[in-house]
Amino acid sequence: MSIDEFLKNFADQFDETDASLIKPDTRFRDIDEWSSLNALAVLNMIGKKYKVIITADELRRINTIKELYDLVISKKSVK
Amino acid sequence: MNPFSLSGKTILVTGASSGIGRAIAVVCANMGATLFITGRNIERLTETFTLMNGSGHQQLPSDLTVEEELQSLVSLLPPLDGMVSNAGILKSLVFKSVEKNDLNEIMQINTFAPIHLTRLLVQQKKLIKGASLVFISSINGNNCASVGSSLYAASKCALNGFIKGIALELAPRFIRVNCINPGMIETGLMKKSLFGSLEYENDVAKYPLKRYGKPEEVAYATVYLLSEASQWVTGTSLVIDGGYTIL
Repeated sequence: MSIDEFLKNFADQFDETDASLIKPDTRFRDIDEWSSLNALAVLNMIGKKYKVIITADELRRINTIKELYDLVISKKSVK
Repeated sequence: MNPFSLSGKTILVTGASSGIGRAIAVVCANMGATLFITGRNIERLTETFTLMNGSGHQQLPSDLTVEEELQSLVSLLPPLDGMVSNAGILKSLVFKSVEKNDLNEIMQINTFAPIHLTRLLVQQKKLIKGASLVFISSINGNNCASVGSSLYAASKCALNGFIKGIALELAPRFIRVNCINPGMIETGLMKKSLFGSLEYENDVAKYPLKRYGKPEEVAYATVYLLSEASQWVTGTSLVIDGGYTIL
């Protein structure tokens, strides 16, 4: 799983946000369209595409998309 | 005679291995009922069993979504004075993430299994005259909704419709059928769900009574609906939600 693919899957959860704004160092809470609905959509996407459960608490502790990607990778390697 | 007593009544409780179902089994046993409890997890079902006071109870582990297991469960049951259909799952999925299997799974467990169980109890004459059936539904889908709950809402709302139909058809034998619609209850199911944890603090603050419910607070309502105290109550849904849906 590459980070480029992850960025694309992340961007797919948004309807009004240009994919070019979704970069590794993007702080996801700064995305205008970010909401609890999109947060849940991102967690659902990670569950379905990467078979990893990220909890709301874990999401709360990180800020950038790269950090989220790293968390998914680290949880996948534990499995 | 205490009108809320369950003494002498034989009652089936599904989903008794944890959470609300476990509280229902324990509270109904305290109120004098003889219980048949079922659930998928044998170990946790046994834990519930050891918490129950009184004697004559039985535990019958089964997965109600598996036809043979459902058939075998019903065949082992004596005539019942009551049934509490509580088994259910919670899935937090935004609608655009939904796949066909998600809908199948939640409807199988939350809707189809309780309806098929009821069908077999009726067809095999396992419900005595004057029996009471209680379905644990939710405010979600009936009185409100939340982000990520569309499938859950559909599965629970279907139960509230179903009970009205059978309440009419079973009324000639004075068999009563009701739902309980709880708000968010502090259980393992809730804690594991995204929907419970994503905005926990914000969500709790929306409850006029400033907290989520406790499993036993739902159990006390099942005691009322199973007992003689509610003899003139059928086809209805009792909201227990700390005031959440007033707003």
